[in-house]
Formats: sequence, C-alpha cells, structure tokens
Amino acid sequence: MSIGVIVFIVALALAIGLFTKNVRTIIRNIRLGKPLDRSDRKGERFGLMTKVALGQSKMVVRPVAGLLHIVVYLGFIIINIEVLEIVIDGLTGKHRVFAFMGGFYHVLISAFEGLALLVLIACVIFLIRRNVLRIKRFFGKEMTSWPKTDANLILITEILLMSAFLLMNAADTQLQNLGSEHYTQVGSFPISRHLVGLYGSAGEQGLIMAERGLWWFHIIGIFAFLNYLPYSKHFHILLAFPNVFYSKLTPKGQFTNMEAVKKEVELMFDPSADPYAAPAEPQGDPERFGAKDVTDLTWKQLMDSYTCTECGRCTSVCPANLTGKALSPRKIMMDTRDRLEEVGKGIAKNGKDFNNGKALLRDYISEEELLACTSCNACTEACPVNNDPLSVIVDLRRYLIMEESKAPAEWTGFFTNIENNGAPWQFAQADRLNWKNEE
Amino acid sequence: MAEMMASGQQPEVLFWVGCAGSFDDRAKKITRAFVKILNQVGVNFAVLGTEESCTGDPAKRAGNEFLFQMQAMGNIQVLNAYEVKNIVTTCPHCFNTLKNEYPELGGNYEVKHHSQYLQELINAGKLTVQGGTYKGKKITFHDPCYLGRANDVYEAPRALVQKLDAELVEMKRCKTNGLCCGAGGAQMFKEAEKGDKEINIERTEEALEIKPDVIATGCPFCMTMMSDGVKLKEKETEVKVFDLAELIASANDL
Repeated sequence: MSIGVIVFIVALALAIGLFTKNVRTIIRNIRLGKPLDRSDRKGERFGLMTKVALGQSKMVVRPVAGLLHIVVYLGFIIINIEVLEIVIDGLTGKHRVFAFMGGFYHVLISAFEGLALLVLIACVIFLIRRNVLRIKRFFGKEMTSWPKTDANLILITEILLMSAFLLMNAADTQLQNLGSEHYTQVGSFPISRHLVGLYGSAGEQGLIMAERGLWWFHIIGIFAFLNYLPYSKHFHILLAFPNVFYSKLTPKGQFTNMEAVKKEVELMFDPSADPYAAPAEPQGDPERFGAKDVTDLTWKQLMDSYTCTECGRCTSVCPANLTGKALSPRKIMMDTRDRLEEVGKGIAKNGKDFNNGKALLRDYISEEELLACTSCNACTEACPVNNDPLSVIVDLRRYLIMEESKAPAEWTGFFTNIENNGAPWQFAQADRLNWKNEE
Repeated sequence: MAEMMASGQQPEVLFWVGCAGSFDDRAKKITRAFVKILNQVGVNFAVLGTEESCTGDPAKRAGNEFLFQMQAMGNIQVLNAYEVKNIVTTCPHCFNTLKNEYPELGGNYEVKHHSQYLQELINAGKLTVQGGTYKGKKITFHDPCYLGRANDVYEAPRALVQKLDAELVEMKRCKTNGLCCGAGGAQMFKEAEKGDKEINIERTEEALEIKPDVIATGCPFCMTMMSDGVKLKEKETEVKVFDLAELIASANDL
C-alpha cells in the first residue's frame, strides 16, 4: 500500500468520524425538545418533501435567487458522483477508475465540468449580491460577525473547490497529451480544455505536481467542508429534508391546543367536580405553560432552528420588521439555535442539570420583539424549508402571559373585558343584538 | 336561536356575528348588509344574539390560552346545546378559530366565511348580483391573513368582486404574499410597538398606488385598519373601503 493510500484512508476515516460525532451532538440537542407526534399522514409528508425540499418549490418564488440556488444544488448532488470516483481512486491508488465506461464516462465528466462552471458562476453572483449589491435581506441586526462570515465562507469554499476540480482536469489533459504513464487516456473535457494554456510550458513533473496537488486540495477541501457543515447554516442541505417532512400540516391559522390547560378548564366546567376534593399528588415538576427556554420548545421547533439558512425571506416579508419594529423572525430562529448550542455545550460539560442562569426569553429574545408580531403567517409562508418561527413567538408569549402575568396594560384590559362581558371591548353582553334595530 | 329552538325549528345556518360585528359601529354595517342578503335570498338563519361570546381568538394569539379555552368551552356548550351544525361568519378570526381550534375542544361544525357562503349561494343560483353599481370600477381585494394564508381562501372573495362586473386589480403583495393590515395577533387591542411606521399605513399606501375606486375587505379588523389608513392619507372621498357583503348588498339595492 502506498503512502498516498494510507494518508487518504486516515483522512477519510477522520472526516467521517468527526462528522458523525458532530451530527450526533446536533441530534442530541434536538432531542432536548418536548415530544410532538408528527408521524401521521406519511404519504402527504413524502409528497411535501419531494416538492418543497427536493423540488425547491418555495425557492423559485424569488426567481433569480431560486434559479441560481437550483444550479448550485444540482451541481452539489451530481458532482457527488465524481466525488465517489475520487474516493475510490484514493482508496485503491488507481486513477479514474470509472474510465472503463468509455464514451459515457466522457459524457459524465463533461456534465460535471459544465455544472462546476455554472456553480462557480452562481457562487460569484451570490457573493456580488451579498457584498456589492448589498441586498437588504442579507443585512439586519442579527446578520453581524459570524452569520455574515459564514455565508461568505461557504461561497468562497465552493468557488475554490470547483476551480480546483477544473484546473485538475486541465493538468490531467496536458499529462494525457504528453502520454504520461498512469494518466488514462480519456480525452479532453469541454471546460478544462480551455484552461490548459494556464500551464504554459510546464514539464511532466510540474504537471503531475499540479494535478496531484489539486486532487488532494479538492478532496481534503470536501472533507473539511463536510465537517464545517455542523457549525454552519449550510447544514440545511441535510436537515431541509427531514424538516420539511415533519412540517405542520394543519391550516396555518390553527395554533396548538394546550392539553395541560384543557384539563384545568374542563374541571372548571365539570358540574360534578368536587370543589373540596383534595388535589391529586403532584407528580414530578409542574409543567410550565408556554416556553421560557429552548427545552420548553418541541423537538420540531429546535430542528427548525438548525435548518434555518438565514436567507431572511421571513424577515423581508414580516409586517412588523418592514415598519421598523424590533421583531425579525429570522432572529427568532437564530436565537433559538444559538441558545440551544449554549445549553447543549453546558450539558456536555456539566451534566443534565446545567443552568447558567440564562434563558431564551429576555437573554436572547426580548418582550418587545414578541409583542410586535401580528401572527400573520407571512414568515411561515415565505420559509423555503417550512420553518415555523410564529410557533416559537406564541409559545414565548404564552409563558409571558400565563406564567408571569406580564401583559401590556391594554392587553390586560381586553382580557378583563372578555372575562366580564364576553367581548374585547367594554360593551354589555345584553347589547349584542342592538345592530338589528339600528340603521 | 333560542326562539327557533323553542318552536322546534332548526335553522339552515347559524350566523356568527362576532364582537366587532356586534359592537363596532363600522362593522355593524357589514353585519346588516350580510343579513339583508340572507333575507333577500330567503335563507333560514339564526343568530345567538346575547348568548354569543368572544370566540377567544385574540386571547389565544396574545398567549392567554386559559382565557381562550374558557371562552371556547362556554361557546361550545351553547352551540352544542342548540345542535348547531353549520356556521357562517363575517369575521376571518372567528372563522379560523371556530373551524380549526374548536374541534379539539369538542366543537365540530361546518364553518364558512361569508365570502365562501355567498359564492355558494351564487353558484347554486339562489343569489344573483346586479352588475350596474360597480360596473367598470376598479376594485382591489385586501386579503385578510386569517382567511388567506391561514386557511387558503383566496378565490371566493375575488369571484365575488368579479360578479360585480368590476375590474379586479391586484396590489403588489396579494394572495399568499398579502401584507397584513396590522390588526392580527391581538395588535388591534394595543398600540403598536416602537417602529418607524404603522403597518396599516404601509398597506394603505400600497393599495393607493394602484388607484382603486374601492378597497374591498372581508374582515372587520382589516376594515378598521384600511379605513383609518385611507382617512390618514386624506383619500376618503376618492377611495372607499367596503366589505364584500356591503358591495353585494348595495349592488342589489338592499
């Protein structure tokens, strides 16, 4: 076994091992959420996943970004076949093991090259949109430091990987022309053939060094990128599928029913309930109404936060955000994820009872943000991966109102009115039919 | 409803008036317009009158699940006692809550928004709309969030506008992209949070951009927000805000 093969096996094992470990951490974090049953209507869920995640139906609502995204996405999926060849080459020390396919191999690599070029162009346009055109939705108070760097890093990495792939093929072509041993005659390819000139009059040794160097750069780059995913919004390429699969299927206007509250209210309505009965022995910690921290949210809401790719489509259609209020649905998702990461790390270090005195409410998301929401569902409609920031807002509001009794004075007033006279305004219930005799 | 029940009758449909429709001066006109249409068609309907109470929608959106469920269970007891099966309402918030959130608490009804109900009456040949009054007028429809995105009802209201022989014009943000009027999520019952603009102004400006003769709505709260917006822009003489029921009632000279 050659040194190269050994190095390759070690790198591959490290990449897969580390990736598995990090994915497990994310899965564990998501499981910190409350249970929620989304195992129903499987057929419909598969249909939705095919349409929204695989078919990117919600991406093309914005045609420019949507089409460019599809190019990058198709490139990613198809070029993975090439990665398979590279991995087999690496493990066996051979060169272009798929070359036996003959004419079809040529078609395949030509397609990869075409896509690589398109991906490269798309990524350059994406960089321009972010950094030169400075499209508004990529900015905002939550899009500072890491999120901004993350977005640019992803694009630059993809550009580098695609360039390496094309330059590698160009060197390969030149080596084939020189009749270099080990370099299988597969002919030149449509894009890289135009890059051959870049190597000038480099000799065989120089070309081999370039080709090998780029080959290693490309594959190690891919391994590194794979392990970058769990730290990045780019993780959406994996989570988008389960996340859409487990989407909320009920009408958008239907908010969750709180079973814990239902029990209490039913008891109040039960004429045979004994008001003097001894209360049942409390079992375990009393359940919180609503959410104060990430562990009060469901696993699906936590999965949403890891799937969020910070595209800002939600925030760009949010009526509160559009009119200058503090609320940004994207920030709700990002805060949920950041707090979950913090809790996850804390638990890994200090055990299950980790508490650093912080919570999602107030330390991350302010009351002002929560109170600005009109519950209009524009954010959930716009999200390309079917996230539900609105449900997080409502759960946090529930905690504010039901656990802390902390409502703006005007809300306290309308609650009282509903309790006293069955309407949010102070009108007598007896006057409900007055419209009948008015003109 | 109590009177009908006492005389052993069962109405075809219960008209759920809603708090705005009962108490808000502007919304009461919508209630009356819808009732006039029902009477013209001869629909055998009932209202709960003084036995109706807030569905609990704003309480639920604000986060007060207790108050919501208290209201819901009280209403469900009344509705079930009267063996109500079909409900029509002129308020998308009542519509959404009754239709989607009451079943889990024991209230199962066939609930329609009045735009759907009116379209059905037209399709069944029971209601004809005279085209004269609004012929050639430019009418735009503002999608209420709880009718549109929340429940995917986009076509019924537009079909009604077209029945008026009017020119239906769309705002830039419409249907699934429709912009909220600013009243939902219990915002109606408090001042807006700090910002640089009111949401209803943003929406009104968008509507005025396409120079409509009429802004049509299907929600009493959107009605308040859009009327206020038009007044603030001092356009109330050129641009009218009407509910779909009012448009049809006035087209039919009711």
